[in-house]
Amino acid sequence: MLEAYPDNRLARILLWSFCALAMAFLMLPTLVVVPLSFSASDLLEFPPRAYSLRWYENFFGSATWMAGLRTSLILGTLTATLAVPLALLACISINRIGGRTALAIQGALLTPSIVPGILLAIGLFFVLAAQRLVGTLFGVLVGHVVLAIPVACIVLLPALARFDWNQVQAARSLGANWARAIGGIIVPQLQISLLSATLMAFLTSLDESVISIFVASGQNSTLPKLMFLSLRDQIDPTIAAISTLWTVIVLVAVLIVTLRKKS
Amino acid sequence: MTVLADPALAADARRERRFFLSLSLPALFIVGLAAILPIAWIIRQSFLTTGGEYTVGNYEKVLSSGLTWSALVTTLELSLGTLAICILLGTPLALALASARPRVANLLMAFVMLPLWTSILVRTYGWLVLLRREGLINAALTGSGLTAEPLPLVYNFTGTLIGMVHYMLPLFLLPVYAAMRDIDANLVRASASMGATLGQTIRTVILPLSAGGIVSGSLIVFIYTIGFFITPAVLGGGKVNPLSIRIERTLSTFQDWGSASVLGILLLVLMALIGVMFLAARRLLARNKFGAAHA
Amino acid sequence: MKSLPITIDSVRKAYGSYVALDDVSLDIQAGEFLTLLGPSGSGKTTLLMALAGFVRPDSGKLLLGDRDITRLAPNKRDIGIVFQNYALFPHMNVLANVEYPLVLRKTPKAEARQRALDTLARVKLDGLSERNIAALSGGQRQRVALARAIVFEPRVMLMDEPLSALDKNLRETMQYEIRRLHDDLGITTIYVTHDQREALIMSDRVAVMNSGRIQQIDTPQQIYDRPSTRFVAEFMGEANIVAPGSVRRIDGADASRETLMIRAESFHLDAKLVGRDGVALEGTLRAKAFRGENWLLTLALDGGREVLVCIPAALAGGCAELATGQRVTAYAPAAKVHTIPGAVA
Repeated sequence: MLEAYPDNRLARILLWSFCALAMAFLMLPTLVVVPLSFSASDLLEFPPRAYSLRWYENFFGSATWMAGLRTSLILGTLTATLAVPLALLACISINRIGGRTALAIQGALLTPSIVPGILLAIGLFFVLAAQRLVGTLFGVLVGHVVLAIPVACIVLLPALARFDWNQVQAARSLGANWARAIGGIIVPQLQISLLSATLMAFLTSLDESVISIFVASGQNSTLPKLMFLSLRDQIDPTIAAISTLWTVIVLVAVLIVTLRKKS
Repeated sequence: MTVLADPALAADARRERRFFLSLSLPALFIVGLAAILPIAWIIRQSFLTTGGEYTVGNYEKVLSSGLTWSALVTTLELSLGTLAICILLGTPLALALASARPRVANLLMAFVMLPLWTSILVRTYGWLVLLRREGLINAALTGSGLTAEPLPLVYNFTGTLIGMVHYMLPLFLLPVYAAMRDIDANLVRASASMGATLGQTIRTVILPLSAGGIVSGSLIVFIYTIGFFITPAVLGGGKVNPLSIRIERTLSTFQDWGSASVLGILLLVLMALIGVMFLAARRLLARNKFGAAHA
Repeated sequence: MKSLPITIDSVRKAYGSYVALDDVSLDIQAGEFLTLLGPSGSGKTTLLMALAGFVRPDSGKLLLGDRDITRLAPNKRDIGIVFQNYALFPHMNVLANVEYPLVLRKTPKAEARQRALDTLARVKLDGLSERNIAALSGGQRQRVALARAIVFEPRVMLMDEPLSALDKNLRETMQYEIRRLHDDLGITTIYVTHDQREALIMSDRVAVMNSGRIQQIDTPQQIYDRPSTRFVAEFMGEANIVAPGSVRRIDGADASRETLMIRAESFHLDAKLVGRDGVALEGTLRAKAFRGENWLLTLALDGGREVLVCIPAALAGGCAELATGQRVTAYAPAAKVHTIPGAVA
């Protein structure tokens, strides 16, 4: 945009050095964790004097951490499998109805993403406490699904808006009822958006900590809840190992989706 | 000439509409169950004693406590501080990204998005490691002789603010970048051809045209930071106590559900006020645009 | 395959205060090729979509044969439709697209495959059955869309501006092929277009629509030569609407007292080519343009109204020498002078 000012080199240099600093600021906390996770010492020295895999062994050898990992993965999978179909149906409804009603539905579905997590968490805690469901997987799952629905909607609504609805009309004219038109025409063509929505719903659940902190407990504690508790008590390098694994897994997942989108 | 609609056809139209409405019912049910109902429950709980009787005592107790008001002040300080830094850092950054070649811009955007994809706990942990007394940044500062003593960078307001800015900057950047990228490059060329300096062009062309993005970005920063919990809980070290932390403490330490609910409602009121302010800002922007078209 | 007649009875559709279909009635005979012709917004596509079941009329009846389909779901109407952008399914290959309606009808696998392949051969796409839709040219996509619409042997076919995305040469080939396909299958066809030439070339009858109403329904020649309204006259080509009084008969008798329509290409500059009962118009030459196969002259009549005169290049010996500002007389044979009932020039 600023190519209209080719002579203003000082401004250009300033802008780009600023940009480089900002990028460093954004990347640093994620990157600094990686070498620490391979450190042999339990002091967080940087750079580490000796390397080892002890923190990874610590993580994979701990029954608590493993239970947390298991809970988080189960929750993430359940959240994605519940939230994405619900969001898809709701988005089709919003797209087809239009007008004020559609806006109202959309607003209602996006509410959970606007309300502070802490409010949802204590409110859900109260409701679940009244039903004696605090600490159950179900309680956390409901909380995660409600957070994942707006995330999935944000991916699916524009995809449906771009979708060529003539195709549904064509399928209908050729003899397909609505169920078949959705299953046979809309779903296969929104494959990539649905994949993104699934990934984002999964990550939303995997990354969610506030609801977990209030509502999950014991065997059903999620990985973020365990990490939070551990961070509050002392700085355990095991978290560096978890963080590194986490970042790598998320990066790979995002890369796969991005590459699929391109191809 | 008016022809009355065929009642059977009108009934068909209503049936079709009901069918489409029914598709959103499952999602609406979950949202009602896990978002609307909990908030309603907080409101109800705020009027109940521990024994379950109706009372306004919770409000009296919470609103007369100095802790509440200092929590409110801390919440606003954190939100406004984060917002101010995001605007200062994010706007030039968005400008740089918008003026970069598409390939470079995409690469840089990937860097910006990376933190968004990483867990907030991972990032908080990273900052803890960086900002500790013996951490990387203090080591660099004392090692280079810039400071004699390590600076207190974490377990305080500064650390919390750094963590929150780091979380919010990408989210602030996205709408501002989108707004700047949508500016027609010919407008900048036109401004330059009429003799405007770079500074004048930025001030009179680029910033006014990206104001909408900055307002949306600010709203996002506010909505997220007002209820932020993890960052102050970990990086605040018990010394930074916004409303979210007070809610948690009231609930877990004092088991005082009523007071925690009142604090929650305070948060809701704050949200509503911000929403109104945002709408006012948007209206103002729209009016300015209209006015400018006729100037 | 037995084709069915279609009856459209007083169909009305309004969107708020905008009336898209204003009490439209139309009978289409079994096996007929009927074109709905009109400018955009005239209601032709709305009418087609109402027949397909995607637009619900406010009132009125739609009959297929003697079966009332007004309230029938689109997937139960058994109507073949070719959409404007083809609406082929990009996630299926050519064969899967064509098999799709048969699969939905639970046709046995081998039979469905055979019928799909036969239909592809019929539209000259043999050998392309395994292709992806994205790998097809515009003309090939058009043929797949046709094959998909006829493979399940519908009694009626609807086509919504199917050729608008193709270039001129391909469009002419496809016009011919669609018409031939219609004649082979004998299937009742309603074809929507805004292209007058296409409508004239392809149709048994043309229904000209404007503002949600049918203006005239007739054979192509009648529509062109004997338009019943001024709108039809002007929509169908370079029509001159001439007020009574500005035209005189060559033999000196009084010309009509009514408003006349004379097409630009009906004129001659040589009175001998017209005959004694022809008419003459005199005016000042405002502009002339050479258009390859003909010359287009713009004459300003004395009242100020402009008249377009189109002279075939073969007969336009003197046109090149005409200068603007010069007085020119144009002649038209009486057979080509058409009175528009009730019109005011």
